[in-house]
Amino acid sequence: MGCNILEVESLTKHFPTPKGLLYAVDNVTFSIKKGKTLGLVGESGCGKTTTGRCILRLLEPTSGKVIFDGKDVTKLRKKQIYLLRKEMQIIFQDPYSSLNPRMTVEGIISEPIKINKLIKNEKDIKKRVDELMDIVGLASRLRRSYPHELDGGRRQRIGVARALSLNPKFIVCDEPVSALDVSIQAQILNMLKELQKELDLTYLFITHDLSVVNHFSDDIAVMYLGKLIEKAPTLQLFENPLHPYTKALLSAIPIVDIDKKKERILIKGEIPSPVNLPDECRFAPRCNYVRDECFEKQPELIEVEPNHFVACPYAKIN
Amino acid sequence: MLKYIMKRILMLLPVLIGVSFIVFFIVNLAPGDPARIIAGVETDEETVERIREDLGFNKTVVERYGIYMWKALQGDLGTSYYSNKTVIEAFMERIPNTLLLGFWSVVFGLIISMPVGIISAIKQYSIFDNLGMVLALTGISIPSFWLGILAILLFSLKLQLLPSGGNEFWYSVILPSITNGTQMMALMTRMTRSSMLEVIRQDYIMTARAKGLDEKTVVLKHALRNALIPVVTTAGNFLIMMIGSAVVTETIFSWPGVGRLIVESISKRDLNMVVGCVILITFIISIINLVIDLIYVLIDPKIRSSYGIMKG
Repeated sequence: MGCNILEVESLTKHFPTPKGLLYAVDNVTFSIKKGKTLGLVGESGCGKTTTGRCILRLLEPTSGKVIFDGKDVTKLRKKQIYLLRKEMQIIFQDPYSSLNPRMTVEGIISEPIKINKLIKNEKDIKKRVDELMDIVGLASRLRRSYPHELDGGRRQRIGVARALSLNPKFIVCDEPVSALDVSIQAQILNMLKELQKELDLTYLFITHDLSVVNHFSDDIAVMYLGKLIEKAPTLQLFENPLHPYTKALLSAIPIVDIDKKKERILIKGEIPSPVNLPDECRFAPRCNYVRDECFEKQPELIEVEPNHFVACPYAKIN
Repeated sequence: MLKYIMKRILMLLPVLIGVSFIVFFIVNLAPGDPARIIAGVETDEETVERIREDLGFNKTVVERYGIYMWKALQGDLGTSYYSNKTVIEAFMERIPNTLLLGFWSVVFGLIISMPVGIISAIKQYSIFDNLGMVLALTGISIPSFWLGILAILLFSLKLQLLPSGGNEFWYSVILPSITNGTQMMALMTRMTRSSMLEVIRQDYIMTARAKGLDEKTVVLKHALRNALIPVVTTAGNFLIMMIGSAVVTETIFSWPGVGRLIVESISKRDLNMVVGCVILITFIISIINLVIDLIYVLIDPKIRSSYGIMKG
């Protein structure tokens, strides 16, 4: 079913810092099929958000290709980026800071429509805003409210309505629920899921919460220090994680069953600084199965089982 | 809203009474006998005594304050000791000039500081930013009396472009307002820059970009409007400070404003004039303050809703 709507090829983003190059995203390659969801997981600071922003060119990637619907997005000139916005949108992590405090709900949702001249008639714009608010479950009496008057869940609904306002085909969900409390998280996730079905959307779902992606994604990609280290269909990844890092991550998910004993794999130390990294396996300094060879060369992502990619040559042996 | 304005106007009363009390006592307890100065050194003691009685200086300070305030409440701030003008007349004659100078100083400050501040923030650490910040630091460091004298030397004496003083031509206001406004311009530049820098890193700026807005709209509509709040507050305060610093500038450029009126009155011991002018200035500044607070409410919906003005 379906072809790839998005292909990311060796996407790289370096930030120059006074201490040297910061490898935020390093040679990341993946693709997403139309109507599917790819979960991008990893701990804070591993480059998930940067990846998402580079795909939309909210940040300029250092190198690499982002092919969306057959076109290379990175080749677009700066003045043409707005063309991209109708196709790809983003839902931001923090619904408190990502909405302009001086605009009403109506203003926030309608601005993209006006700017991109999707609908020109003032009355039709109003109708569209009503429709969008209805889709995301916001009462239309809130249209003249300001974001600070609403709670987190409603604010995030505004964020979703805003993202949908241009009828995009693809949405980057950048930790859309991590700033919300658990009961509201479920509401928003269910809503996103339904919208996906109704509008045939494709998601890149960025999160650090594995139990969220578990229910949400078709495939999962795991990032560590700017590198993709494992990628597989969700079920397969949860049942048979191969990379030592993924194994440790999965073992950290709590199970709601007292009788089941679960052994947690602990990782030593902390995530190292992403500045001036040597050419070695990024995870080697913390790996439980580390060998001398791990420090010699960065491992490539290899397909070890159908559709299951791992960046660890010893994954199957361990 | 109306209730709020009324409350603020009522709050003016204690302020005015407090200011009048302090100024009256400082001026009246200052050394030097006003009657003697008015009469001149050569006049005989009898005449001086008569003047003293005429002006009420034979009573105690407290008594005089009571009488002064009683009259002031009826709208009579007394008469000048020298001319026969009432204090209110003399003040009204001069205040337009002071406000004009204050206004153009602020305009000068804003015209330079807003664009420089915005561009410096957008192009942080660029050459433009560095030059702008050097300009700002220089502006803050130069005292206005020195700058005023330099300006007269260059533009009036050397180049003979602009008048060195007075208010005869429409362009007479240029040099005084530049002198008066430079310090404000410098501070506002830094203010705008840091305020913009703070806003431009906010998430909703990225949201605005994600909407497909071009950079100009992002900066002017989304960033500037949010960055403007602290800038407007300071701009308002500066208008008030401009009236204060006008005392120096008006003296340098012999600008016929209230500042110079006060300076002249002090040196002539025209006590009524000094006290009256200070009270009236206080009044005007309080009103300006109120207006600024109202503008504040207009541009910030967060404050607006907390005052219960519903959105239209």
